Amino acid sequence: MKTDVKLLSMRDALGQTLVELAPEIPELVVLDADVSASTKTAGFAKAYPDRFFNVGVAEANMADIAAGMATAGLRPVINTFSLFLALKCADQIRNTICYNNLPVVLAGAYGGLSDSYDGASHQAILDIAMLRTLPNMVVIVPADAEETKQALKLALRRNGPTFIRGCRNETPVLFEGAEPFRIGKARKLRDGRDLTIAACGIPVLMAMEAAERLANDGIAVDLLAIATVKPIDEKALAASASKTGAVLAVEEHNIYGGFGGAVAEALAKHAPARMDFIGVQDRFTESGPYDALMKKYGISVEALVAKAKALVAKKPAPPKPVAKPAAKKVVTRKPTAKKPVVKKAAAKKQAAKKVARKTGVAKRTARRTR
Amino acid sequence: MCAHEAPRIVAGGYERRATYDLSGERGAMTTLLKLKVEPARVLAEQDRGKKAAMIQYLAQKFRVDVWDILHDKGTGHWGGASSVAEILTTLYFDTLNVRPNEPRWPDRDRVVLSKGHASAMLYTVLANRGFFPTEELHTFRQINSRLQGHPCMNETPGVDMSTGALGHGMSVSLGMALAARLQKKSYWTYVIMGEGCLDEGQTWEALMAAAKFKPERLVALIDFNGYQLDGSSDEIMPLAPLFEKFHAFQWNVSPTVFNGHDVTNVLRALEWVKQQNQWPVVVIFKTKKGRGISFTEDTHKFHGAVIDDQTYAKGRPELMKTLAELEVAL
Repeated sequence: MKTDVKLLSMRDALGQTLVELAPEIPELVVLDADVSASTKTAGFAKAYPDRFFNVGVAEANMADIAAGMATAGLRPVINTFSLFLALKCADQIRNTICYNNLPVVLAGAYGGLSDSYDGASHQAILDIAMLRTLPNMVVIVPADAEETKQALKLALRRNGPTFIRGCRNETPVLFEGAEPFRIGKARKLRDGRDLTIAACGIPVLMAMEAAERLANDGIAVDLLAIATVKPIDEKALAASASKTGAVLAVEEHNIYGGFGGAVAEALAKHAPARMDFIGVQDRFTESGPYDALMKKYGISVEALVAKAKALVAKKPAPPKPVAKPAAKKVVTRKPTAKKPVVKKAAAKKQAAKKVARKTGVAKRTARRTR
Repeated sequence: MCAHEAPRIVAGGYERRATYDLSGERGAMTTLLKLKVEPARVLAEQDRGKKAAMIQYLAQKFRVDVWDILHDKGTGHWGGASSVAEILTTLYFDTLNVRPNEPRWPDRDRVVLSKGHASAMLYTVLANRGFFPTEELHTFRQINSRLQGHPCMNETPGVDMSTGALGHGMSVSLGMALAARLQKKSYWTYVIMGEGCLDEGQTWEALMAAAKFKPERLVALIDFNGYQLDGSSDEIMPLAPLFEKFHAFQWNVSPTVFNGHDVTNVLRALEWVKQQNQWPVVVIFKTKKGRGISFTEDTHKFHGAVIDDQTYAKGRPELMKTLAELEVAL
């Protein structure tokens, strides 16, 4: 199927950007734990063999080697699957990299459910939670390849550790030509007064579509794409939540401790609002196609729309009852308003499925990684 | 001292009662002994024999300081600090190319004390080498101090890497040595490990990786004191045959086990290291945990035990006797 949507995986973007940056940042070195064909650092390895270190399947060792290098002025980028990064290197990241505030970039490939066929053992639905508890750490969950590239460039200029969470699969490029990504700054993608949707990572795409569907149902969504989970843009969140009074946090992660938790913490302090959470509902996941898996575990446009509506319905009555009895109307209007939307959405879903089939499933390389 | 009130649970809530104190602080503040030989003189000494005698004296003096400080503060690790005294003192007063007034000098030799619980000895050596005032040693492990329980590179001048959780040092040192190679620098990286570090799987990952990348001037020094926290290393986790293990991991292993308490021997070991061109290099030092006091030697019981008044009073004369003998030999 032909598509005019530009597709690129975050790992490809990261791998390419490393090669591009190598000449201008002579201190840049890349480490990998025997997954360079998967993380796409293999290109860097080929172009700059002296600056590439494959440490074998020894992630903890990799993290501390990078720390040692960073103390001597190098700018290491360490690469492995996000789950292994967060778990197998937890002590090293905490006690060596973060405690000493060393400028190491932690590139967690295969974040969320994106290593879908490999199953629960490889799916990273705790990495955001683990890494955001570490002082000095900046946590970035890009929504596309472009944001990944820009995040890497900014991370390499930071004077401390940065985690960038990647996604395995090719996904639409959203932010090419858009306002540049800034650490700690949310992107406002849509203005609305009924509900805030705050999303990070791949589900930003879903949130965009859900917001359209909700608009058709009379719910105006204030849509925030928040790639920096830490430090989170409290100002943007508070401004939006004060306006809408209800916030749906959306992420490809366990609902506990991750992005949703970060949003809730920020809002509890600055602008308490009724909230709900899209994410994996504290369960172990399984093998399967990426999109089917996301859907089964509650991360889909449909799930977003449903939770959004329920959340809006539960909102306390607005201060000016005459002006906008939005909550009730939405519920009652549902049957009539839904018809054309469903068609539209179904068509879109079909198209998306085809894209996923073509890009995600078919392009899966023969070499199964661990 | 910080007094708190202990609450007592009663029907419907709780009420206040007696006060208590959580700090474990102790009042005493021993004045550290004066050095009988100026550190500058030790550094400048050209005669190797004389220098060895001076370093031997310094190491014992530092041992007394650590004994005093640990008793004063009621916290810290005597056993492993004492076992590494001669190794650390020899490094800092003979081998290393460092600048105490410029602790982050990019070309300095690095030391990673992977067995970070020996921090009291590292701090005592660093202070006497001029990295910070020796008076600061009295703040060891106290609030607002630069001398953390375990070494922290961003707090203490002269500390090249924060350590404490065991098993990190070998990997970090490998990173430092690889950075030297890449940046065409010729500094040396020494990592000091005890049995605890060798128990950790990460160390063996790093040993493998070091043999793969073979960075020049990477040196592992093993402070093999034979005891861990819970018991002897033979009992807790036998490391034998250690020589063969290092050989099998493709390291250049010292031809013999050196006596880690005899400075002449330590100097010989470190000189042997400097003659090598096969990397990486490892030296095994046989040492005694709790070295210097008969009842703290060769036991795990003084790994991290509080040095109470009675123990302190019993142990100090033994340390002082040896110190006096070494002073005569200066």
